[in-house]
Amino acid sequence: MSERNTTTIPSTHRPTRYFWLAVLALLCVQTATTALAQVTGEFRTVSVADPYLEMHTGPGSGYPIFHVIDRGETVEILMRRTDWFQVRGPDGTEGWVDRAQMERTLQPTGTQIEFAQANQQDFTDSKWELGLLAGDFGGANIISLYGGYSLNPNVSIEAWGSQILGNFSNGWMGSVNVVHETWPDWRISPFFTLGAGVIHTEPKSTIVQGEDRTDQIAHAGAGFRIYATRRFILRAEFKSYVVFTSRDDNEEVEEWKLGFAFFF
Amino acid sequence: METRFRLLFLALPIMAFGLSGCAATKNLFGWGEEETPPPAEIPEGQVIEPQVERREIREPDIDSEDFEIGAFVGVMGIEDFGSDVVYGVRLAYHVTEGFFVEGSAGQAQGGLTSFEILSGGAPLLSESERDLTYYNLNVGYNILPGEGFVGEGRAYNTALYVSVGLGSTRFAGDDRFSVNFGAGYRFLLTDSVAMHVDFRDHLFDIDLLGEEKTAHNLEGSLGVTVFF
Repeated sequence: MSERNTTTIPSTHRPTRYFWLAVLALLCVQTATTALAQVTGEFRTVSVADPYLEMHTGPGSGYPIFHVIDRGETVEILMRRTDWFQVRGPDGTEGWVDRAQMERTLQPTGTQIEFAQANQQDFTDSKWELGLLAGDFGGANIISLYGGYSLNPNVSIEAWGSQILGNFSNGWMGSVNVVHETWPDWRISPFFTLGAGVIHTEPKSTIVQGEDRTDQIAHAGAGFRIYATRRFILRAEFKSYVVFTSRDDNEEVEEWKLGFAFFF
Repeated sequence: METRFRLLFLALPIMAFGLSGCAATKNLFGWGEEETPPPAEIPEGQVIEPQVERREIREPDIDSEDFEIGAFVGVMGIEDFGSDVVYGVRLAYHVTEGFFVEGSAGQAQGGLTSFEILSGGAPLLSESERDLTYYNLNVGYNILPGEGFVGEGRAYNTALYVSVGLGSTRFAGDDRFSVNFGAGYRFLLTDSVAMHVDFRDHLFDIDLLGEEKTAHNLEGSLGVTVFF
């Protein structure tokens, strides 16, 4: 009973605390909505500079044009999906306009609007990269995810996580790599890589013998980063691994992988 | 032996960097050439900094909705182990109007094989080993974008898409490399909310019943996704 009494004392303060929290939350929502209203109202309106602006029914070149807006009229940009913009015309009609035509509209200042689109220069200069590769790891299948950060156009650091799925054993591998690109401005850019990490192997349940192992690994490799389009990179690489096992001999594994990545 | 390999790995970076150095001596590592631009100077006589608000459209002001997140529920047939309810989540990124990449994860549970039911003997798998979980990473293409008409006055954007990918399936106590392919129909209820009808075949090798074979596990699902 006495315990219950002690707990009731602080709980009397709780409703007031919740009240203030609620007020704070309400204030935050209020400010956010007013800020949003300002953005939608003022900054997203453009005027048509082409003879007319073509509105498609959907965000794709195959969708039919169902409405046009004449030169000089203003439209409000609602959202973007890939290279298509949803706009609202002066009469309230909503439709999708492609990027090329949107770039020929004028802002309230009279200047042309520009939508940054990733190009090959960004491929060279971008800081972050995220990718997915799959391939063969010494006869087993491997699926890898990596994230990279460029210190400068030539040198970047990457963190890799892989799942290895073989006939007799499964496992995972984590490693940190240093990647050097000699000609980062080439569309097909070769690279060298070095790294170290750990590999965990567990035999399959149908295999009777064997136990789980965790070993250190080191690797060297080379490959190509190929600029495809927009933020897309194709990547192919070969890596040679040395697994520092606790047995007498070190194990050597060759790995081939192919995949894609994004830069941003 | 071990130290020899470690030495080899030390020698490799020196060689690699040396080689690339010969080919591109200028600005080898990109370091050193970076110059910070001089800070903008305010003229001495000017007391008030002009604060003209530019009414220009900045790109971040435009809501970009290229990601799609959602959940699905359906039926999955696990070869030899009957069918079960499957449910999962998916996340897609639309790269262009045609291509998208997609990650998905799902789970179902295998039942009893016909052999287990007929023989009435000891079960092949424990209860937890019958749990099937998978993750898949796919590339998809909107092969037939179009519109669906409901009645006279309503049109909805739709797309028939094909998707292929790979991943890992955990079933019968092991992770198994799996490949999947299929097709789906995306029906956009609004510009940001979509319904999916999706059919997939998940393939993986399994040697549980004696010899190794490729198991086909068909899945049909209904899903809801939101663009953001």
